[in-house]
Parts: sequence; structure tokens; C-alpha cells
Amino acid sequence: MVCFVALKQANAQTDFDAIMMSKNQLCVGPMYGYSSWKNYWEGSLKRNNLNLGTVSTSTAGVMGAYGVNGKLNILFNVPYITTKASAGTLKGMKGFQDVSLFVKWMPIEKDLGKGVFSLYLLGGFSTPLSNYTADYLPLSIGLKSKTASARVTLDYQVGHFFTTASATYVARSNVKIDRTSYYTTELIASNEIAMPDAVNFNIRAGYRSGWLIAEAFANNWTTLGGFDITRNNMPFPSNRMNATSIGAGFKYTFLPSHGLSLVGNASTVVTGRNVGQATTYNASVFYIIDFSRKQKSSNDSETK
Amino acid sequence: MKQSFLTISTIAICALLYLSCNKKVEDRTADAPALAPNNIDLNAGTWKPILLSAPTDVSVAAPIATGTPDYIIQINEIKALQANRTSDDERIVKYWSAGAVLRWNEILRTLVAKHNLPPYQNEDGTYPFPSANNPLAYPLFPFSNPPYAARAYAYVSAAQYDALVSAYYYKKLYNRAAPYKVDATVTSLIPKSDLPSYPSEDAVIEGATVTMLRLLFPGDQDYINQKADEHKRARLIAGANVRSDIDAGEMLGNAVAQKFVIRARGDRAGAAIGTQAQWKQLETDAIAKGEIPWYSLESPKRPPMLPLFGKVKAFLFDSLTAISLRPGPPPSTSSQQMKTELEEVYQFVKNPTQEQTSIVHFWADGVGTYTPPGHWNAIASEDFIGKNFSEVRWARNMALLNMSLMDAAIVCWDTKYFYCNPRPSQLNPAIKTTTGVPNFPAYISGHSTFSGAAATILGYIVPERATAYTSMAQEASNSRMYGGIHYRSDCSVGLVVGKNIGNYAVQRGKTDGAD
Repeated sequence: MVCFVALKQANAQTDFDAIMMSKNQLCVGPMYGYSSWKNYWEGSLKRNNLNLGTVSTSTAGVMGAYGVNGKLNILFNVPYITTKASAGTLKGMKGFQDVSLFVKWMPIEKDLGKGVFSLYLLGGFSTPLSNYTADYLPLSIGLKSKTASARVTLDYQVGHFFTTASATYVARSNVKIDRTSYYTTELIASNEIAMPDAVNFNIRAGYRSGWLIAEAFANNWTTLGGFDITRNNMPFPSNRMNATSIGAGFKYTFLPSHGLSLVGNASTVVTGRNVGQATTYNASVFYIIDFSRKQKSSNDSETK
Repeated sequence: MKQSFLTISTIAICALLYLSCNKKVEDRTADAPALAPNNIDLNAGTWKPILLSAPTDVSVAAPIATGTPDYIIQINEIKALQANRTSDDERIVKYWSAGAVLRWNEILRTLVAKHNLPPYQNEDGTYPFPSANNPLAYPLFPFSNPPYAARAYAYVSAAQYDALVSAYYYKKLYNRAAPYKVDATVTSLIPKSDLPSYPSEDAVIEGATVTMLRLLFPGDQDYINQKADEHKRARLIAGANVRSDIDAGEMLGNAVAQKFVIRARGDRAGAAIGTQAQWKQLETDAIAKGEIPWYSLESPKRPPMLPLFGKVKAFLFDSLTAISLRPGPPPSTSSQQMKTELEEVYQFVKNPTQEQTSIVHFWADGVGTYTPPGHWNAIASEDFIGKNFSEVRWARNMALLNMSLMDAAIVCWDTKYFYCNPRPSQLNPAIKTTTGVPNFPAYISGHSTFSGAAATILGYIVPERATAYTSMAQEASNSRMYGGIHYRSDCSVGLVVGKNIGNYAVQRGKTDGAD
């Protein structure tokens, strides 16, 4: 999810890639992310804010993927988020944000031309883990919406070179805030905010082998509705938040026998609306626990 | 495999549908019931006006008789509108039937929220000020900050009240019945009333409000006129007024409000921004007293918000009384007590509980909101909906509330700049706040003064809720300490000062003839 606060979309080894765990294998590990921005878009006007300085979001979390079988995986992510503004008086916030769960299914994998084509269908769900405050942007730790998402991912690999594209629809539930009234483009006497849905497009391409993945990616998040931040106003959860980011990442498996791998990526927002122009870094370490009796070779840990 | 896919898809689709649909947010007052007063207050023409010397200050000509051809033409206009009414017509009838004072108060709160945005700085680090003569140029006029908003609510409410007192005088005098009483074939789409319909109380409110808003929100005329036209049309469609009721009411409302416009032009609010020299003087005076003066915590430093608002002419008392309501000084910035209070604030913000954070945000009413006076207008309105007040009683009660809030702003702002006491984060930069730090001195808390005043007058108007209002005021006051932007002294003294101001409104209420 791209939003004013936390950029979760760039987390590597995730729901965006075209990698499946084998049956009864759990790939799990800690992740750390750091995202910051100094400039942001107030509507379409790019500006900075001397009373915020640089707004940063640190994410510490646990992510994992479990193979129900080679074609059906379950992915999860539990992030703890801390926000901070380098200038001004506003206090940052911290807390567990939203747990997300994805079911990832690979119904098609077949030779096509010189390479292998595969298709993935994903269904995802996320819900807040704590009663955090959504209405304190840009220092809220999240938007507090429950989300349900549906995604189609296509992947094509020739030799060690791949390209992956996906499109996601994200349905977002209304959220409740502490105040009893708020102004969007009209005054609404309610503590409930209608949250517009969103779509996300992601393309990635690069090198992929059993021990190394190196890729470049581009991501677009578009909110289907919402309103612009007015001049010198504060952001609001139902703003029309759009962002296009580009980035690069790698996954290096340095201990194949245990599936021990290191994942890192970096991305930056190149254009946006009602979002911060964030640069984000993520790093995580993954370890594969095999719940099946028989030992598998490391190369099987990622079926392609 | 197929089965699991089906299961997953079904769950996913259901989840998407569940979250995607039913997004409509219900506005709490959207379905407010039609006004059906317990007492039509037929004698409200004898109530004490605020600015008018008598209800006859503005004359209203006698209406044409109900049997005349001209009147029949007007009845036929209603019949035609009713025969061709659309679902949108029915929507506006329902909306406006909840009460004209209520709806115009909501519209005013909308304008305040829209305009409550501090101007962005100039390239050179100075700040531009909105100009009433050029309201649509950036920065948009007005910047409806809390004092501006309090004054706007008061003028609109007071003008509506005076105009209605006059209107009710003429209603009783001329005693022309509502169209649905004159002609049985006119359908009444709202509850019938024995109140004479000439001049229309709705049009009086609309006329008075439009005239006040032309002064207060000059850049929003299109929006305001659209609401006004809709309001008048709703009354015709409802069968509640003929066109001559509306025209006479609107003219009366305009004329009475014009007297308030003249008052507003001379109430010294226009000079409240002050000058560079006056801003500097505030600092010099505090230093001369041996105190650390308030500084803006914004970057670049923003000029103080309306430092001369304390000199604005109050509604409930004269200027000497306003000064006498100013409390004694805050703890000296060098005192042990200040140190203790500062430490208390630090402890509040260090590890706030979820409940405290909620309270901070519930009462924050900061940038982009209808301000604390608007919040108390919302609280009052929602309570009044169930009370079945007549329009004139609604107006009287809102006027009492809003005069209290404006006068609270005056005394509070006078106190703030008289002492020019720094915010907690200025004395201890380690104090990070959970809401924006307002750009004016700390002592006394505006929220506390507003809330003390509002709770007092509302406790008089709705006695069974008095205890609830008091605890709401206390919570609003506490919220500023929890948020890290006020000391305990600011809050506790603010509540007392507010209560004293509210009592002036209670005294007025006891003697205005409405009880």
C-alpha cells in the first residue's frame, strides 16, 4: 500500500514476485524498512514543509511465505511502524500497523517459445493490528482501512532473465476517526470516512537464478476517487493518493542448504499526488524451515 | 486444487464486495426530522432584540389579502410546483424542513472549515494576509481561525435572532395564515403550523444570513446564493409560504442584518491583525516584566494570530467589563510552579495513552475544521434537534451560545496577548505535541475558555444536559494538556473565565422574554 505514511509495496520477497515456496516450506524472516521524504505533493503542487522537515517511517516486521503446495502459497506480513518528523513540534507515532495475508495460486506454468510462462492469481486481506490513529497524517502509522485485494500476475522467464507484470484491485473499508465531523469538499457530520478503492500496477524485470535475483521495478498506485489536499492544509485519509515509483532490488541466497537469503531493495517515488516523494530502503533476511519429513535440495526451495 | 481455488475466489470476491460497497457515510443530521415546535412562540415579537431598539425598526408593509387575484396567482404557483415536483424537490424540502437556523448554521460551519487554513509563507519568509477586497486571490479571504469564526457565528446568529423577533412581531400583527390553511388543495409537505406565514420566518433567516455572509465570506457567493435559492424554493414547494411571504421575509432579513454589518464594520475586528510594531511591543512588554515572551514556533516565524482581537466590541458586555474579566497573571516563566506545570505536560506527551490521544483528536478542532466554537455549535445543534424549538427559539438559543463564544474569544485573546506567555514546547523543546501548536500565546487556553462559556449557557438552555456539558468542557480543556500545548493553569483558569462569560449570556437569557 502506498500512502502518505508507509510504503509497504516495495517489500521484497513478497506478493509481487513470481516465486513459489514448495510444499510444507516456510520462508520467514525479519525485515526492516526506512522511508523518508522532504517534498510532497499538495494536490499536484510539489512543496516542502519547514514545520515537518523530513518525515520518516521506519518499519520493522516479520514476513513469510508458506507453501501449502508448489502451486499454492500463503504469505503474511506483520509490520511495526514508527514515524517521525525532523522539524516542528509534532510528535511521531508508533505501533503495529496492519497484518496482511495473501493467498497466491499458480494455476498455469508452461513452456512458451524459448521460455516459461506462468500466471498467478492472488487474493489478499489486511486489517489493523492495533487501534492506531489514522487521522494524524502525515504522521499516522497507517490509514486503518481493512483491505481486500485481488491480483493477476504474469511472469515470463527465458533462461535467467524474467519479466513480471501485475495488476491489483484494492477494496478499502471505511475508517472511523476520533472527531465527529470533517471537511473534504463538503462538511460531513460523521466520524466515518468513505475510503476510495485503489488499483496498483507493478512491473519488474531482471536476472533470476537459484542463488541470485537482481531486478528493477516500477510501481503505480492510483486511488480511485478522493480529494486533493487544499493549499497549506493537512493531508486526510481519503485524499486521492497516487504514486509512481521506480526501484531496484536483489535476493542473494548465501546458504542454499538452509535457504538462508538476504533481500534488499530501494525505490523512490518519481511522481505523485497527495503523497510524499519518498525514498525507501528495505532489507530482510529469510530462512526456510521445512516442515516436510524428507530433506529437499536447496534448489527446490523456489520452484520456478 | 480446483476446490481450493473456488473457495479462495469466493472469499476474495465477498471480501472485495463487502469492503467496496456500503461506503455511503451517513451524516448525523441528514435525516433530522421536520421542525414541529412544541410552542410556536407567537409572542416572540415581544422578546428583547440584541441590536434593534424595537421590532419595528424595519417596517414591513401589510400583506395582500388572501382572497385577492394576486394572492391566488401565488397559490397557483405553489400548486404548479407541487404538481411537477421531482425527487430532488422532495429532497430539498426534507432537508430544509429540519429547520432554517440549523441548516444555515451547518452551512456556516462548512464555510468556516473550508477557510480555516493558515496562509502559506512568501518567498522571503514573511506571510501574506487575506484581503476582503480580493477574496479569491491567494491567500483566500478569510482565514477563519477561531476568533474570526467565533465572531462569524455570533453575528450570523444575532442577526437571525433580531430579524426573527421583528418577523414574529409582524406575523402576529398581520396574521396571514399559511397557504395550506388558506387553500385546502395546497398540500403541506411539512408539519402544519398555526404560525402566521407572513413574513416567512425561513426567508427572514435566509435573508439575514445571506447579508451577513456577504461580509464574512465574500468569495463564496455562488455557493451561498445556490443554498439561498434552494431554501426559498423548498418553502414554496412545501406549501408553507407563498412568494410574497418569502419576498417580505427576505427583505426584512436583509435590512436587519444590514444593521449588524454596520456594527461589524466598526467593531475593531478589522484592525485585529495589528502591525509589525505592535507585534514587537508584545515581546518587549513581556521582557520588561521579567518574563520569557511567547515566540511563534512555526518556521518561518508566523506573526501572532489576531493579537488585537481582545479589543473587539463584545456583544454581552462593554469594553471595561471585558478587561475586568481578564484573569490574573500565569505562573512566572521563572517560577517553580511553571517548572512543575511544564514537567506535567512533558509527562503527558511522553507516553500518551490511546484514550488521551483520542481525546486530543476529538477536541483538536484545528486547521481545516470548523474550530472549537463550531464544535460547540455542532453539539448544541444536535441537542436542539430533539427539543422541538420554534425557529425563533432556535435562533435565540444559538445567539446566546454564539455571543458567549465570541465574547469568550475576545476576553481570551485579550488575556493571551496581555501576558504573552510561551507554549510548553518553547520552554522545553523536548515536548513534542500530538496536535498542532496554535500560533498564539498559551495563557489562557482558548479551548477551555470557549468550552467553559459554551457549557454554561448550554446548561441553562438544556438543563438536563448541564452536567454532561460541564464534563465535556472539562475534557476539551484537558485535551490541550494531553496534547502538550497547554499548561494546567491555562486550562483551569480558561474554564473559569469562560464560565464567567457564559453567565452574562445566562443573565441575558433570563431577561429576554423567551423564558
